[in-house]
Amino acid sequence: MAGLELLSDQGYRVDGRRAGELRKIQARMGVFAQADGSAYIEQGNTKALAVVYGPHEIRGSRARALPDRALVNCQYSSATFSTGERKRRPHGDRKSCEMGLQLRQTFEAAILTQLHPRSQIDIYVQVLQADGGTYAACVNAATLAVLDAGIPMRDFVCACSAGFVDGTALADLSHVEEAAGGPQLALALLPASGQIALLEMDARLHEDHLEQVLEAAAQAAQDVHILLDRVVRQHIWPSPDYPLLQSGPWGCFSPNIPRVSWHRQGWYAPHFMLRTPQLQ
Amino acid sequence: MKETPLSNCERRFLLRAIEEKKRLDGRQTYDYRNIRISFGTDYGCCIVELGKTRVLGQVSCELVAPKLNRATEGILFFNLELSQMAAPAFEPGRQSDLLVKLNRLLERCLRNSKCIDTESLCVVAGEKVWQIRVDLHLLNHDGNIIDAASVAAIVALCHFRRPDVSVQGDEVTLYTPEERDPVPLSIHHMPICVSFAFFQQGTYLLVDPNEREERVMDGLLVIAMNKHREICTIQSSGGIMLLKDQVLRCSKIAGVKVAEITELIQKALENDQKVRKEGGKFGFAESIANQRITAFKMEKASIDTSDVEEKAEEIIAEAEPPSEVVSKPVLWTPGTAQIGEGVENSWGDLEDSEKEDDDEGGSDEAIILDSIKMDTGIEVSDIGSQDAPIILSDSEEEEMIILEPDKNPKKIRTQTISVKQEKAPNKKPVKRRKKKRAAN
Repeated sequence: MAGLELLSDQGYRVDGRRAGELRKIQARMGVFAQADGSAYIEQGNTKALAVVYGPHEIRGSRARALPDRALVNCQYSSATFSTGERKRRPHGDRKSCEMGLQLRQTFEAAILTQLHPRSQIDIYVQVLQADGGTYAACVNAATLAVLDAGIPMRDFVCACSAGFVDGTALADLSHVEEAAGGPQLALALLPASGQIALLEMDARLHEDHLEQVLEAAAQAAQDVHILLDRVVRQHIWPSPDYPLLQSGPWGCFSPNIPRVSWHRQGWYAPHFMLRTPQLQ
Repeated sequence: MKETPLSNCERRFLLRAIEEKKRLDGRQTYDYRNIRISFGTDYGCCIVELGKTRVLGQVSCELVAPKLNRATEGILFFNLELSQMAAPAFEPGRQSDLLVKLNRLLERCLRNSKCIDTESLCVVAGEKVWQIRVDLHLLNHDGNIIDAASVAAIVALCHFRRPDVSVQGDEVTLYTPEERDPVPLSIHHMPICVSFAFFQQGTYLLVDPNEREERVMDGLLVIAMNKHREICTIQSSGGIMLLKDQVLRCSKIAGVKVAEITELIQKALENDQKVRKEGGKFGFAESIANQRITAFKMEKASIDTSDVEEKAEEIIAEAEPPSEVVSKPVLWTPGTAQIGEGVENSWGDLEDSEKEDDDEGGSDEAIILDSIKMDTGIEVSDIGSQDAPIILSDSEEEEMIILEPDKNPKKIRTQTISVKQEKAPNKKPVKRRKKKRAAN
């Protein structure tokens, strides 16, 4: 599209962010009471929901049971209303299968499957609104859901997408930037060791720029880790340092937690604003 | 059928060999197998052989109405099929995971990288565009399907000629190949996939894994590049943990390999072009070498074995001969004995079980007979003389006949003639038994 510049001369992107800035991330854990673990994440306008069941007995054929570790089963589904045009096939098509396989690969590497032999862990991810970076949102939501279920993992799995425009690497692409056809990289990594669990790239990128884009994606994933870590701590121990987040439409709000008064409202982390409970 | 599992010793052997930087076909860690490209008689048909992995690619085209949201662009279809002849494990319903992965990777490599100019496939905007279909069939699976498939796809696309079309006002004229020469597709660049297999949690790396190496690998990294060193696709699969510098190193290696392969493809295309122009023979039948049965041979794999520390011959020479482990024979009743443990059966009462044990004891005897003959090859004489047979006292007969050691049935091992001799003394106890019963 003529006239749509993804990176202006002053260094601003289409939605006003800088090159390395992430979109606003909001997340909740424990969204559903029925499932063993669940989480909901919003990265900008991309909304994803993840639900985890397990570890439980293997469903279906017993022959698939692995004698020394758990089987991880992932399913990805994007709602028909998630994209601009209504999608006909929410699941079963090749793209959804591939996403499911990639999620499985990512989490098989991160979950300590040796602790649950002969059992199965199910991870279901649903995308409610796709505005770019769907894989990353799915991985982040699934990480929170697995943590909510109490399944032991080696480390968080944090994912982010990255692109390359005009010699600059952009982090956390939105749909407009993805549709422009430039190179897109999706990276899932374990933040403590920096190991890459999944790396996927599309469209042409010159080899010399690969390092720059990888670096941008890795840095963005580390930033996501800081935010996800905060979300988990707030969910488990609402404390004066980490005040209880205001519950959203699905929040599990416990009335027994004493209300604290906070007069200070500030920036605790880049790109993340807390809404503290207001005391009357 | 289900895939035959790899035995543990084979797995260990492969991993140890890789640790010592040896591959079973003599290649170096960054070496590709031989790539052979042959073309069929029609345009757009080719077979690519990467070592023994064989992929057939065919391109076809059709005039269709375009997609609603892309009215000026042609349509591209890619389809890879794992034919059942490729491997016994491939069955129509069974290989969906692998199939999805390969197909998606191919699609992303060829479609998203925009190697073909889709705008040039438009005939009448909004009404008629060319739909190009690339069908790939895996004919033989010897590892690294994705590389062979990507080479086959791009070669087939480069080789393909579509019918010429002219538009005059509202009229669209489609010329047959006889009227006007068919026109090649406009291809911007040639993306080629290079696979890297990782072993031992990322410590060792191999390029172009063959089937055995694929079975023991931890994970696979596929990088698709073109000769201008632009990366078209990267995909890591299999759950390996990579580090950033590993990925960068692999991309450098991929650049080198892709340059070599692209050169090979260009040469093959030029050769075929030349042959067709000169009116020579072309096609698959011409490219398959004539092999006479008497001339058939398998090439020696060029592996350097000079630094092997322990050799099998040395180990055998220094080892002691295996000790003969023969359990003491157990005498059940006169005339029948048992060596070793038979299978214990648990049904029937004691008498029945005794009889069945006797039978099994007999069969055990026969088996051990053969095996010991084969193993040692030495004439075994009178093993029974070493230990006295164990006599069970649960026989209901009062008269117990003790066979003397040298008349022990074990002697059968040495000569068959002696069997007859055995029967004679055995008959006596049997007769006595019968008499005894008659008396009772």
